[in-house]
Amino acid sequence: MVVTVASGKGGTGKTLVATGLADVLSGEAGSNVQLVDCDVEEPNAHLFLRPQLHRSEEVTHPVPQVDLTQCTFCGRCAQVCEFHAIAVLSGKVMVFTEMCHGCGSCARQCPEGAITEVPELLGHLEFGRAGAIAFAHGRLEVGQALATPVIRQLKARALPRAASTAMSILDAPPGNACSVVETLRGSDYAILVTEPTPFGLHDLKLAVELARDALGLPVGVIINRDGMGDAGVESFCAAAGVPVLTRLPFDRRVARAYSEGQLWTRVLPEYRSQMLEVARAVRSLTEATS
Amino acid sequence: MKECVVLSGKGGTGKTSVLAALADLAARDHKLVLADADVDAANLELLVSPRLAERHDFVGGRVAEIDPDLCRGCELCLEVCRFGAILDGEGLRVDPVGCEGCASCFYSCPANAIEMRDRLSGQWFRSETDLGPLFHARLSPGQENSGKLVAQVKMAARLRAASEKADLLLVDGPPGIGCPAIAATSGAQLALLVAEPSVSGVHDLARILATTRHFGVPAVVCINKADINLTQTERIGEMCSREGVPLLGQIPFDPAMVETLVRLEPVTRAAGSPAAEAVRSLWEELRPRLV
Repeated sequence: MVVTVASGKGGTGKTLVATGLADVLSGEAGSNVQLVDCDVEEPNAHLFLRPQLHRSEEVTHPVPQVDLTQCTFCGRCAQVCEFHAIAVLSGKVMVFTEMCHGCGSCARQCPEGAITEVPELLGHLEFGRAGAIAFAHGRLEVGQALATPVIRQLKARALPRAASTAMSILDAPPGNACSVVETLRGSDYAILVTEPTPFGLHDLKLAVELARDALGLPVGVIINRDGMGDAGVESFCAAAGVPVLTRLPFDRRVARAYSEGQLWTRVLPEYRSQMLEVARAVRSLTEATS
Repeated sequence: MKECVVLSGKGGTGKTSVLAALADLAARDHKLVLADADVDAANLELLVSPRLAERHDFVGGRVAEIDPDLCRGCELCLEVCRFGAILDGEGLRVDPVGCEGCASCFYSCPANAIEMRDRLSGQWFRSETDLGPLFHARLSPGQENSGKLVAQVKMAARLRAASEKADLLLVDGPPGIGCPAIAATSGAQLALLVAEPSVSGVHDLARILATTRHFGVPAVVCINKADINLTQTERIGEMCSREGVPLLGQIPFDPAMVETLVRLEPVTRAAGSPAAEAVRSLWEELRPRLV
């Protein structure tokens, strides 16, 4: 099964939960667990799992290249480009590759066949293992805007193996926009990590709206840094019928381990059974709804 | 008028809390305009008690729609769509979540059975606050084009700042280094990077620094929760001096940060608290660069 850890807001502890879950599950007999870090703008899970990476792939997308000896400057390519990535002036065609979505419309519509598509580098995918955990992540090239195609490719490459894994855990990017949707699509369950503050509550509401209401996924909440802030998140979950899977206390030792790049479920084994409970709850909640 | 964007690469470092506190100080002597460019999780409004003044729909692109009566089932649309957005079940139809609005199918359809419809992707607002006008937005969950909505919010904020002869436009940036972060950064005179002293915070700071450099925006750094891990705080300091980026301030971990957040106030209202004092000296360092 595929479980995505998302949050709406950044900094609530998505990576903490995703790496912790992967770690405790990998300790179970006969388990087969995979972690895929889909936050390709700022991938962080590798800092904690320290995987041995053994394979790397490029992610490219096709951008137009115009052969000016065949071009008649008719402007059709600019007209059909919904993303304003091509401008045609007299005697000149300008391509803004950072705005191109790689849809191929310009090449298909050019009456002279003057446009070919050439690959442009969007990012890299890396695959490896951290002990018993199969690991994959993507990195968006600095200066590139499009994270979604990198995530799409990462999932396509990493998840075929999901059929043979007991659990694939996807660490989602922050926010509620297209890159989070791309990560959540096809998941069996969404764990939403939040903190008990007005910021956390505000973003949790949006995340529930996206994962549960728009995408129809079963969702559950983990309240991180429980004990600081206020009770707004608790009352929202109760009113909205969203199960609270667990509460992780505000614990300076967790913050400390995290800040040092240590895997918290190793440094503080007293949390292992709590995270295993979460994994079991997610499994049974998913079976109940499927 | 100068424009300063607050960024961090990663979320949760305290961008919004730091910006609201700086704005609270800056507004005492200067005319401000505020913009929240984190359109998929806009939080600045929670700290500045906005009074809604304007609301606008945001059309973030288009979405294809197949008319089943005209469709002859030739599947050319299925063939040209690179986003897997044409679904073939009982007849061809478009998955609006997958559709990027590129119109490839629209131009390819021999039966003219495809229409491109405007996609209402969110709303943007102007609110009045005691610190100055705030421009903010709400992207509908799951929508594309957050970068375009960021550009819209910034444009409205800049026009207001110009017409009011404001001294400073403060932009709360989104996390990450992709499309919305790039849109928030473009055209700013200064980027204030809020870093967190952790292994991942150092990693994220390096990525956002490379991004601001790529787009030619000068950057300065402040460290939030600086005393959580002194070793990592030191590493950030070293990175800043190696990269020639000024480290302008260090804000200690201070419960007043969360206490004021729960009261929906900037931390500067907890006068005398360690965080409030640190923000005050950060502002003294920033001020000569901005106004």
